[in-house]
Amino acid sequence: MTAKIQLIGVKKRFGAKQVLDGVDLEIAPGTSLVIIGGSGTGKSVTIKSILGILAPDEGRILVDGEDVTHLRGRTREPLMRKFGMLFQGGALFDSLPVWENVAFGLIQGRGMARATAKDIAISKLSKVGLSEYVAYLSPAELSGGMQKRVGLARAIAADPEIIFFDEPTTGLDPIMADVINDLIVATVKDVGATALSITHDMASARKISDNIAMLYGGRIIWQGPTDQIDHSGNPYVDQFIHGRAEGPIKMAVRK
Amino acid sequence: MSRSDHLKDRMNIFAHIGRAVMDLLAEIGRLASFTGRSLAAIVSPPVYGRLIGQQFVHIGFLSLPVVGLTALSTGAVLALQIYLGGNRYGAEAIVPQIVVLAITRELGPVIAGLMVAGRVAAAIAAEIGTMKVTEQIDALTTLSTNPIKYLVVPRLVAAVLSMPILTAVGDSIGIFGGYTVAVQNLGFTGSVYLKNTVDFATSADIMSGLIKAAVFGFIIALMGCYHGFNSKGGAQGVGAATTNAVVSSCILILASDFILTAILFSA
Repeated sequence: MTAKIQLIGVKKRFGAKQVLDGVDLEIAPGTSLVIIGGSGTGKSVTIKSILGILAPDEGRILVDGEDVTHLRGRTREPLMRKFGMLFQGGALFDSLPVWENVAFGLIQGRGMARATAKDIAISKLSKVGLSEYVAYLSPAELSGGMQKRVGLARAIAADPEIIFFDEPTTGLDPIMADVINDLIVATVKDVGATALSITHDMASARKISDNIAMLYGGRIIWQGPTDQIDHSGNPYVDQFIHGRAEGPIKMAVRK
Repeated sequence: MSRSDHLKDRMNIFAHIGRAVMDLLAEIGRLASFTGRSLAAIVSPPVYGRLIGQQFVHIGFLSLPVVGLTALSTGAVLALQIYLGGNRYGAEAIVPQIVVLAITRELGPVIAGLMVAGRVAAAIAAEIGTMKVTEQIDALTTLSTNPIKYLVVPRLVAAVLSMPILTAVGDSIGIFGGYTVAVQNLGFTGSVYLKNTVDFATSADIMSGLIKAAVFGFIIALMGCYHGFNSKGGAQGVGAATTNAVVSSCILILASDFILTAILFSA
């Protein structure tokens, strides 16, 4: 079976800093992979490279077996329709009411009639546990947890084949984080999508993933099923999942 | 300090100059590429009519009070100064002619341009800059929407269309300001003042001012969008982008005003 997403030797450098140094990754259709790793290890850069927001310096990115590394502009549009993304801060458009945020991809991206798109938006909002009342509020009037939910509703509005989650639980209290985790699992299953998430929240990673990959030093240093993470035998992974300051990973505190 | 240290110091200066020149060239390149992409996006579908309308209100309609007020006082001061200056040669009767010429050709578009630059370029840079640092621009991309087409094109089109209208309104108010001072304080007869104004101004005078205004509108929207798109970091980055947008659009307005005047009145 062809992998839904495949990265082959992806490299990306910013100035003197080699952020990605040959990332190889494969995600099977319908599975959920979580990339874990410390801050600044290139997790976001990996997702943004797949999305085409950043262009890798070297290597190839395949979606459904098709090389999409250098697709840009109009030729990229059909590919972008396969994607949905939940941003770390929600990234809701604050000039638009909640329902228009959710319906944005349908109206602007696919030219759907506003009335139809609005009905879909309201049904997607109910899927993430938000009432129709919320649909008419502005994003600034929502709490952090509600903004995440609206972001989730927006990500799944167009029934994408692949959904990306960028630190879905960051900035939320533990209970709300768990609610969001449950919602992610439920919605991904509901849409039947492949999911790629990045996080450093291990509770979230365990809950929403089938497989886990760890990014360190610009490469994937371990990858395996989620239930194997505690028996990885990899000292880097052990240090990270237990959150120890002492270990092979040296934090660049003295920079 | 030894000889080699001196040499190192001098090399450092060259390195600094070199780096500054390289940065400047890179900036010009980035701006040219941004302008090119924006112009290409204007002529390719889809057209966001709704957004152009909204921006027309923000950029054009809501700038009317500032432009009107500055035009009014400019016209009034101009009439007073020309009267006092002309008085030295016994040429004070020339007030209406000079006022209309100065306003339509020069002060109308330039003052409207500078006021709108302060109001609109700053607002655009702050809004787009905030969208940039909160990943809203990336979000547009993931929702199959071209950010240039969605954010830049409506602002460019609205600014280019509304600046000539603002300037025309400002011209009229400026001339009215001159008229009021001349009639109230300087002893001109209203009908004569107006007749002299209308007889003296040619359509070329007015048109040249409106063409300048359209160019200034383009500069204002482009600078606002460009600096917004390139803002970095958090609140500080957005603040810097806002300042740069206003300063660069004012400088470019004044520089292009000279070039445009040379071109428009060379024939």
